[in-house]
Amino acid sequence: MLTFLALASVVLLGIVPEQSQAIVIYTGWERHALVGSDIRLSCSFFSWRWTSEDVTFSWTYRPDGSRDSISIFHYTGGVPYVDNKGPFRDRLEFVGNPGRRDGSILLKNLEFTDNGTFTCDAKNPPDIVGRPSSVRLLVFEKVPIQAGVITGAIIGVVLGLLVLIVVIYYLMRFLVARRVFSLSVSKHGKKKKEGSQQRQIKV
Amino acid sequence: MLLLLLGIILLHLAALVLLFVSTIVSVWSTSETSTSDLWRNCSTAVNGEYHCNPASTGEWIQAVQAVMILSIIFSCLSLLLFFCQLFTLQKGGRFFLTGTFQILASLFVMSGAIIYTVTSHYWVLGTYAFGYSYILAWVAFPLALISGLIYVILRKRE
Repeated sequence: MLTFLALASVVLLGIVPEQSQAIVIYTGWERHALVGSDIRLSCSFFSWRWTSEDVTFSWTYRPDGSRDSISIFHYTGGVPYVDNKGPFRDRLEFVGNPGRRDGSILLKNLEFTDNGTFTCDAKNPPDIVGRPSSVRLLVFEKVPIQAGVITGAIIGVVLGLLVLIVVIYYLMRFLVARRVFSLSVSKHGKKKKEGSQQRQIKV
Repeated sequence: MLLLLLGIILLHLAALVLLFVSTIVSVWSTSETSTSDLWRNCSTAVNGEYHCNPASTGEWIQAVQAVMILSIIFSCLSLLLFFCQLFTLQKGGRFFLTGTFQILASLFVMSGAIIYTVTSHYWVLGTYAFGYSYILAWVAFPLALISGLIYVILRKRE
């Protein structure tokens, strides 16, 4: 019985890590930026293994509307290699920390032609099976307001005012009832009630 | 008396339903190939495909969205308050609160329709005509106004 359990546990421990040995890469989903500004595209990964010395990061770029990708960055053997011939020459900088599993790059002085999809692929030998992750870059002349921000703001302000008025009204009534305020306010209210009761017109 | 009550409630509900339809259905402005409204632009392309895009995020259209939603909220609140005040108001009292909310709702619809009329050219491209949702919004405004005024004039009998 004990030997059976021991064998089963060894087999299970052997199987489970193999299935979960896929490397998982995280980038953003979409990034918005202004023309002429800089943007940091982050890329990090999760792996069950320790970060190896042969960890590699590579970034490829596919312009909007094109089907071809071009390789723009590669980090291997402890050395980052940035784009020196392609669309990002002199505009790309490696700002990541491979020891901390961070393979982020910095794009400087963005242009409208930089709209496109950036794909990050990281490998952590022997953990090499994984899907590259893509982030879409959108370059704007001026940053547009997100849908619903103004809508939510207007609705929130008006409803907030409503709640405030209700709270203040009940507070005043409470304070008048407690005789904190002067009696002239409550006398006013009594006069109004008597007046409306005398003028009973049928609807 | 009961008939009057029913009539008033029906009027209020009619205004509320018009507000809902106007805000939700996608036909504020129409052209030959597309309809658009507060929330999205739908168009039939040349090859017969019908697809909708979430509309662009201008500032004015968001204001119209907010104001229409607020008018619906205030109209619903006024209906609720009417039933509340029906049972709690003393004899001879007036439905001031109900009327105020309903009048506010009608003012919101009016301002929403006005803003849309003036700024819709930022929003819809090409030549277009105003659709039936827009007209419903304009109809809902006087209905809600009249309903609110009736509430203000109304006095509670026993």
